[in-house]
Amino acid sequence: MNATTTSASNISGKSAGDSLRFYGVWLVGIATLIVLPMIFSSGGSLTSFSLIGIAIVFALSYNILLGQTGLLSFGHAVHYGLGGFAACHVMNAVVSHGWPVPLPFIPLFGGLGGLAFAMIIGWVMTKRAGTVFSMISLGIAELVASSSLILRSVFGGESGISTDRTALPKMFGWTFGPQIQVYYLIAFWLVISAIAMYALTRTPLGRISNAVRDNPERVQFIGYDPHVVRYIAFCFAGFFAGVAGGLAAINFEIANAAYLGAIQSGLVLFSTFIGGVAFFFGPILGAILVTYLQLGLTSVTGVWQLYFGIIFIGIVMLSPGGIAGLIMMHRPLARAGTLQTVIPSYVVAAVPTLALACGVILTIESIARTHSGQSSPINLFGVAFTPASPMTWASAAILIVVGFFVARLSWRRVADAWDRAATIARDRGYLA
Amino acid sequence: MTAAIELNAVEKRFGNVGIIRDLNLSVAQGERHAIIGPNGAGKSTTFNLISGHIRPSSGEVRLNGDVISGLRPFEINRRGLSRSFQVTNVFSRMSVWENVRCAVLWATGHRYAFWKNVDSLPEVRERTSQILDDIHLTHRRDVPAGLLTYAEQRELEIGITIAGGANVVLLDEPTAGMSHAETDRAVALIRRLTEGKTLVIVEHDMSVVFGLADRISVLVYGHIIASGTPEEIRRDPKVKEAYLGEEAH
Repeated sequence: MNATTTSASNISGKSAGDSLRFYGVWLVGIATLIVLPMIFSSGGSLTSFSLIGIAIVFALSYNILLGQTGLLSFGHAVHYGLGGFAACHVMNAVVSHGWPVPLPFIPLFGGLGGLAFAMIIGWVMTKRAGTVFSMISLGIAELVASSSLILRSVFGGESGISTDRTALPKMFGWTFGPQIQVYYLIAFWLVISAIAMYALTRTPLGRISNAVRDNPERVQFIGYDPHVVRYIAFCFAGFFAGVAGGLAAINFEIANAAYLGAIQSGLVLFSTFIGGVAFFFGPILGAILVTYLQLGLTSVTGVWQLYFGIIFIGIVMLSPGGIAGLIMMHRPLARAGTLQTVIPSYVVAAVPTLALACGVILTIESIARTHSGQSSPINLFGVAFTPASPMTWASAAILIVVGFFVARLSWRRVADAWDRAATIARDRGYLA
Repeated sequence: MTAAIELNAVEKRFGNVGIIRDLNLSVAQGERHAIIGPNGAGKSTTFNLISGHIRPSSGEVRLNGDVISGLRPFEINRRGLSRSFQVTNVFSRMSVWENVRCAVLWATGHRYAFWKNVDSLPEVRERTSQILDDIHLTHRRDVPAGLLTYAEQRELEIGITIAGGANVVLLDEPTAGMSHAETDRAVALIRRLTEGKTLVIVEHDMSVVFGLADRISVLVYGHIIASGTPEEIRRDPKVKEAYLGEEAH
């Protein structure tokens, strides 16, 4: 499978067309960030975009560990949270001492907070990779999370540390009171961080990180200490997680224990994995999707975490490469010009798959709503179902059973179409 | 002249089991030295001891006169010793190009640099493409190493081993599992790439050993029973009895 390679060697300026496409992608991304709030200017969408921006920085920082260096951390939110607290403390200090530090510089202090902790704890943590690293990360996360409730002067106890972003010195006349200004601040740091983290993958350290991920033993025989490589990568991940935490502190004007807790650590792992760890843009897609779902699902269902779980299991089992892996799987076909032979089978398969999903949703919602004593109707594509009524159960059963069998058939068709397309692509030399 | 590699009374015990017993070996600068011996004699263990993969229980290993036993593998590698592995040991998810380039980076002094663009380091690029040329894998440069054929992976293994420019090269069964034609190609490759370097090779194929080596050491039960030129080894009665027996004749 070609899609599992992280190598971006094709970006190394092989042809003018390639580098044009490369810079084009970045420019389109930046342009999107600028234009987005002009198209969707409601307060709700501005808040969503801000959260998504923060989540992207956080997920990209996590992928320095997971995708680039092969370190599965269960406590990445520690750096995010400490970055958030550092940012809040610095903001309050700036205000009380009257230092001339405008708000846009604050995320840097968040980053330094995340970095400082990574530098202190990282040397011990990165001594070993694999399960040992994961377990220690879990332990450290618990340790910091529980400390945050005990050390009240630093973490502010249950209520956290609050701050006022508008009290800082102004820059270009911006007060950063309105959400739109905060959005642009986040977008600015998102662009800077994304470029920096991408550039990191193109350095000697970034390449050796991949080598350490693939084969830490062999790395030692080409002159590198895998421990040092893991440590430096860990520090970078801590820094950018801290930047994300600093942005969150600015956005919410508060940092509290929830920032560095297990749920936050779980969410970033979830976003990164769903997006796809093998490609740089994977975590970006994952962060967008997960944040969007989180915001969207919480308003329509009380059991949104259950859906997250189902999505996660589905991705892990059906597409370990995540969304990015799925997209990149199609690249050789697109190049060979056989992609359009596969699309119709997707469209056909989508119908029963959607029916199956609707059946599952009806079942889950019926059970959840009857057990929590709610009787609000389940609204599915404009059709209202009464929870746990015979009609609902019957519809759910039909959707699931028929959907499942038809979906199975139609996905087999997809596999056949895919095989044919891939064979042609292979003949034309676009697929190994 | 100091020996390139010298093992003095090296022992390796796992628990109570002595795998390597009183091992003494000296490889001169520029020599091609083959270590042969029956399965389980401790050939790969000897390589692991020299390259720092495992530490000797007692005794010392010297590289160009300096004691290296007890150093970590990367420290030994930085002193100019490189090794390949019997079981292919490459960076399987990275492309052939990236595999070789990673092996070039330390030697060209870029180390842990996170402020340089790896694609714009001319000496790295030149050396990498030179090595790819040498191992005849230029046409496969963008293929993930895990997707190469077995023989290609073995060639890549040799490429990674020599990429850092080490002066002492240890090759652990470089032709294992290869066809006759592939073996001939690999031997020619090894001969060319280790020109002017010290080579220590573990090999089962006797035609490779006698064709390539200046000197041969015979390892039996963790102990060297004979060491000499191919001619001496061929005539040595102890070797005939213990190992070569029918195989050489």
